[in-house]
Amino acid sequence: MPGTEVLSWLRTRFMPHIWCPGCGHGVIMHALVRALVNLGKDRAQTVVASGIGCSSRMAGYINACTVHSTHGRSLAFATGIKLHKPELTVVDVMGDGDCSAIGGNHFIHACRRNIDITAIIMNNNIYGMTGGQASPTTPVGAWASTTPYGAVDPSFDLCKLAEGAGASYVARTTIANPKQAENCIMNAIRKKGFSVVEVVTHCHTQFGRKNNRRQPIDNYNFFKEATVPLAKANEMKPEELVGKLVCGEFVNKDVPEYTEQYGKVIEAARRGC
Amino acid sequence: MSDVAFWQGNTALAHGALLAGCNFFGGYPITPSTEIAEVMAEELPKIGGKFIQMEDEIGGIAAIIGASIAGAKTLTATSGPGFSLKQENLGLAYIAEIPIVVVDVMRGGPSTGLPTKTAQQDVMQARWGTHGDHATICYSPSSVQECYDLAVKAFNMAERFRQPVLILSDEVVGHMREKVAKRSPDKVNIVNRARPSAPPERFTPYEANPVTGVPAMASFGDGYTWHVTGLTTNDWGFPTNNPPEIEKKMLRLMSKVERARNEIVEYEAEYMDGAGIVVTAYGSVGRSALRAVRDARKKGIAAGFFRPITLWPFPGEELARLALGAKTVLVPELNCGQMVLEVERVMGRRSEVRGMNLLNGELFKPSEIGRVIEEVA
Repeated sequence: MPGTEVLSWLRTRFMPHIWCPGCGHGVIMHALVRALVNLGKDRAQTVVASGIGCSSRMAGYINACTVHSTHGRSLAFATGIKLHKPELTVVDVMGDGDCSAIGGNHFIHACRRNIDITAIIMNNNIYGMTGGQASPTTPVGAWASTTPYGAVDPSFDLCKLAEGAGASYVARTTIANPKQAENCIMNAIRKKGFSVVEVVTHCHTQFGRKNNRRQPIDNYNFFKEATVPLAKANEMKPEELVGKLVCGEFVNKDVPEYTEQYGKVIEAARRGC
Repeated sequence: MSDVAFWQGNTALAHGALLAGCNFFGGYPITPSTEIAEVMAEELPKIGGKFIQMEDEIGGIAAIIGASIAGAKTLTATSGPGFSLKQENLGLAYIAEIPIVVVDVMRGGPSTGLPTKTAQQDVMQARWGTHGDHATICYSPSSVQECYDLAVKAFNMAERFRQPVLILSDEVVGHMREKVAKRSPDKVNIVNRARPSAPPERFTPYEANPVTGVPAMASFGDGYTWHVTGLTTNDWGFPTNNPPEIEKKMLRLMSKVERARNEIVEYEAEYMDGAGIVVTAYGSVGRSALRAVRDARKKGIAAGFFRPITLWPFPGEELARLALGAKTVLVPELNCGQMVLEVERVMGRRSEVRGMNLLNGELFKPSEIGRVIEEVA
């Protein structure tokens, strides 16, 4: 059972939620809310933005300032909120398709700008809500309703994408390690700058059913077996890492944050230079 | 500081927005609207406001919706292709009832079309561009002064009705330079969105004021927690599939504007008494049309001039009343015939309604309209 403080962050009047029994999204929501509680955040000063998809329904269940926006666009909405009121804590919860397909442009530019927003990507390798179509993170060879002969297009490594685009904090974890997820999300929210936490999760209903991970427990076991901590991965050869989930903090650096930089623009404009 | 400026329409529009209290702009460069963004980039930080050039047109409107939810008065400006790209998020602002102002400086289309040439081809897109039913408020300036003044009105209407308000300018109006009488901020009526009076624990985000039909709006960060969504919601702002709740929401979205229609609708009418030929034109074409009507009057032709300032809601009742007895209503437009459909609808069989269409990227010359006036007179 979640603690009472965690419960106070949930809109239980809006439940039952839409997620399938055994869905990993609940684990991620719990990790996020625990992180917010641990950090002593105020609900009325915390924004949770989302796009469209199963993952994006999370915003509605969290009793804070929440925006369930359009598909892929949540980071652009969140950017407007954060830039107007930099004092707010802004978290953006996304799915893999939401973030890296339709929302890919907003994602790389939020990384580039390094605006102080925490992006949590729930990567379940599939479009779950619409019935199991392939996403940019569907592995090559995997079955989806739009890849009836197996996926042939290579998948994104979301963490490398975020790192390359300039995010100041990048981490990967899985729902099989909720404590690590909670810690990564806490570190991400604390970080002044754009932070990305990829939480690998599952859609046993749409992805697992077609790819031999039919039950939630099959997916947990898969994540546990496939996980390689970053320190260990650094000592392994690339061919040994094929099919593995390298987890840990890939980036944790201090670089100028966008709203602070814009504050300097305001100072300069007011000085008349 | 002089109270008179010599500005182009786009510059005037930006300054009108600032006068209205705009403190956030998000957008993307596109011809022929970019000057609006450039003025805002320079002016907003001086007053502590924020300007952001987003990664695309979609991001531009998303950012201003986000900033408005956080309490800002927000503007974006675009043209043709960018207006198309913004349509989905425009719909979110309608259903979630977020005040924003969107400017479309029209150019020729479809697609990339004529980036540097004028047109009026987005009239119906302004009305119906985003999917689903919604009540549109759309202004059409025909002078640089009007760009300035209508920007203030657009913000006031957006704040009053909690919804997007559009300004459909065009390349000619946006780029021509004219004298503008600047208004003193203390003499301008500024409307701000109604704020909730209920304490946060008793706040129902979409419970409408029974008189106005508009719910009070909290801002993120001012103590209230609430949910914004593009889904159809109940008064709690939470998604609903309940038929009575769905119908209630949809009817209110339409009626909050419809019930105030007479306070929104604006038009200009000249020489309408006893006019046998009425020229109905808007935006830049309104200038050519008025000149043509004046020239016709000098020749003794009973021509009248009617210019919708709000394209939507269309001042149809007003046109029908003022043009009663007119033999012909002439509708010159820089498109294949869009507003003429509204004119036909309101005039019925009482007058012959005749469209005039120019599609070559140029503006009607007064003499071109005058020739048709003389022909039908």
